[in-house]
Amino acid sequence: MHPILTLVAQRLALGFLLLFAASILIFVGTAILPGDVAQSILGQSATPEALANLRAELGVDQPAITRYFSWLGGVLQGDLGTALTNGRDIAESLSSRLGNTLFLAFWAALIAVPLAITLGLLAVRYKDRWPDKLISAITLTTISIPEFMIGYLLIFFLSIQLPLLIGGMEFLPDGLRSWLLSNLRFSSVALMNDSMTLIEKIKSITLPIMVLTLVVLAHMMRMTRAAILNVMQSAYIETAELKGLGMLKIIRKHAFPNAIAPIVNVVMLNLAYLVVGVVVVEVVFAYPGMGQYLVDHVSKRDVPVVQACGLIFAAVYIGLNLIADIVSILANPRLRHPK
Amino acid sequence: MTNPLLKVRGLKIGATIYPPGEKSRDIEIVHGVDFDLAPGKVLGLIGESGAGKSTIGLASMAYGRGGVEITGGSVEVNGRDILHSGLRDVRRLRGAEVTYVSQSAAASFNPAKQIMEQVTEAAIFQNKFSRQDAEARAVELFRKLGLPDPENIGSRYPHQVSGGQLQRCMTALALCPQPDLVVFDEPTTALDVTTQIDVLAAIKEAIRDTGVAALYITHDLAVVAQVSDHIMVLQQGAMVEYGTTDQIINAPKEDYTKALVSVRSITHEEKQPTATPVLQVEGITARYAGTNFDVLKDITVDLHPGQTLAVVGESGSGKSTLARVITGLLPPSAGQITFDGRTLTPDLATRPLEDLRELQMIYQMADTAMNPRQTVGTIIGRPLEFYFGLKGAEKQKRIQELLDEIELGDGFQDRYPAELSGGQKQRVCIARALAAKPKLIICDEVTSALDPLVADGILKLLLNLQKIEDVAYLFITHDLATVRAIADSIAVMYQGNVVRYGPKSEVLSPPFDDYTDLLLSSVPEMKLGWLEEVLEHRKMESAGN
Repeated sequence: MHPILTLVAQRLALGFLLLFAASILIFVGTAILPGDVAQSILGQSATPEALANLRAELGVDQPAITRYFSWLGGVLQGDLGTALTNGRDIAESLSSRLGNTLFLAFWAALIAVPLAITLGLLAVRYKDRWPDKLISAITLTTISIPEFMIGYLLIFFLSIQLPLLIGGMEFLPDGLRSWLLSNLRFSSVALMNDSMTLIEKIKSITLPIMVLTLVVLAHMMRMTRAAILNVMQSAYIETAELKGLGMLKIIRKHAFPNAIAPIVNVVMLNLAYLVVGVVVVEVVFAYPGMGQYLVDHVSKRDVPVVQACGLIFAAVYIGLNLIADIVSILANPRLRHPK
Repeated sequence: MTNPLLKVRGLKIGATIYPPGEKSRDIEIVHGVDFDLAPGKVLGLIGESGAGKSTIGLASMAYGRGGVEITGGSVEVNGRDILHSGLRDVRRLRGAEVTYVSQSAAASFNPAKQIMEQVTEAAIFQNKFSRQDAEARAVELFRKLGLPDPENIGSRYPHQVSGGQLQRCMTALALCPQPDLVVFDEPTTALDVTTQIDVLAAIKEAIRDTGVAALYITHDLAVVAQVSDHIMVLQQGAMVEYGTTDQIINAPKEDYTKALVSVRSITHEEKQPTATPVLQVEGITARYAGTNFDVLKDITVDLHPGQTLAVVGESGSGKSTLARVITGLLPPSAGQITFDGRTLTPDLATRPLEDLRELQMIYQMADTAMNPRQTVGTIIGRPLEFYFGLKGAEKQKRIQELLDEIELGDGFQDRYPAELSGGQKQRVCIARALAAKPKLIICDEVTSALDPLVADGILKLLLNLQKIEDVAYLFITHDLATVRAIADSIAVMYQGNVVRYGPKSEVLSPPFDDYTDLLLSSVPEMKLGWLEEVLEHRKMESAGN
């Protein structure tokens, strides 16, 4: 068998093993959470009998092992169980939430990843000169400001101040002004429903996309810069220079292909963050995504929902890292073209 | 010389250095060098490391490696001053008029690109040839350079061909754009001698056939004597002597050149074996975990107290693996090792302290064998503490004794490795090994990374110390001149086997087996026409068979 296939198969198997381990951790973690779902549903004044009845009804009185395997068995068949608090099917409520989260992450990634890599390449091209320093300064500033702060700043300037500013530009023709006002509207609430067109949806999440882009940009940009600078030390870069090639061509053609593995790794980490770590942004913009859904149900001690969300987050995380691993393997010419 | 292709006048090159614990400062590394090179001629630049020969070679492409900067003088290529033209013009020169062959083709090829793409890149980029023509030209060069399967080797990746083949590909890369001048920077230094001779012949023929001029940079006078018309000897950034190859080799004027020509003049009388060997290697077979072939096959050799056994062979012959087995880093799958009358346990972890102490090692790269953050005193003092529990004044006294033994003066105790030269570093490593008062020291290519004159000094020191301390050396090397200089007995290794073994006088006298013959005849000799002689001789022999 081709060694790459073996390696990829190994990684896949490892990924599943990890996911299984994660499921155990999630289950154990939620099992040792303090608090009692029956108590939180029925309130402090509930009688012990009523609590016991509800527990039996919800199945939380079973031993942990039994509960784990019945949960895992359900998950494997696509059944994530029902929410304890409202009795709804979790898979159903989750799917639209997950869809929203992925939608936001997709658009944020579509902008952030190419932008970060391009900025990284430019930073290498102009290393230690002002473009490099400016790029680093801006991206490091945005990563240093807490997400919610960036969110509110953007709302303040783009949703509130900008329309006022445009409205005040009386020297502009009225037609242009109203066109600008209607087209440069940044919604401070990221509404999302099925009746919206794609363009409307994207417009609605413009600000969250901006926030997420600003948050993940620095990490990817700096890693791209570092990875390529590392490759630029190689003797074959000197060979390329002595062929008379220009700097950008050298970076693009000779350095970048050899820096793919570390870059893909950090890109995937950030993609995972876009899916898993967006709770704050969702709250700021009242976006109906997974994060909000999870936080709501944690506070209600709705264990099956927390478990389901945890498992999906774990799967996304492991899946993306798996992709990073596989891309790194494929990017290695020694593995792709064995002797 | 009418119109020189390359005209260098008063070339000065500087660099910024960052000594540890001090302010950075600018130093001059080439102090005003002048020379001309006529079209189609080959000039050999020779000198030890730090002589500035690579720096001068790269200056002919207006390139400074790392923090190196050309600070003065002029370099004209085809009548144009390239130091004072813009980057755009310089880029048009590089890869078109002047090309470069580096020492390590393995590092100089982009691992992610096919060979053909890299070989033709400059020719296409500089609009010298269309892609189609450039590729046809590359195939022609591959054929001329004696590469196997010239039609298809270009579609391989660098890691898919051998080191010697890749070095030829690098030569093809340099010749493909039909340049006027090629800078060869130690193109055969990293190769085994038997590979070196073929690559050298291929380069020489390519230079002759294409009529290209060349700067041939090397530290090996015997090699440069085979290819160059003129030789310039450099020392510490200044020219020592310039002349025709014949004059430099046969009638050197300057003392430094004479020293270079007569280097490796050590004579060492072979000692007779004693009654009981200090080291007996019996039937050792070994392989690395996860592989399915034996790197060592049934190796049996003896080493007598106070003597030197040279293990000689090319890269991949298993000589370093033998050292790993003896030191216990790689337990063998069969065979046993007797050291000083005791059977050594196969695994390092189970050996008593006494065995560890009596068996020391010195490595090829002294740089990486020392902790850069420890002073020389700490480095040498460590085995004294560890094996003998020496402390305080007693330890200091012993450290000073050892430093005297390796001929380093006062004040070295507090220096850091980075403040030492290559030869001094290796001396410190020798002192560290001696500190343990060993019966056997394994020397793994200890002079390979050093300049010939420095290496000579190390070999003399080792021989001297052997007399004083009565220590035995297992001397691993690929360099036959070193073997002649130091060995009492020799084991020639080839593909995991000892193909020839015995006292030095026997091993180095005919009749030879095929491999030893090939190995011995491949060592460059310092005379003109040696390369042709050997190749002619080999051709006749293969025709005779």
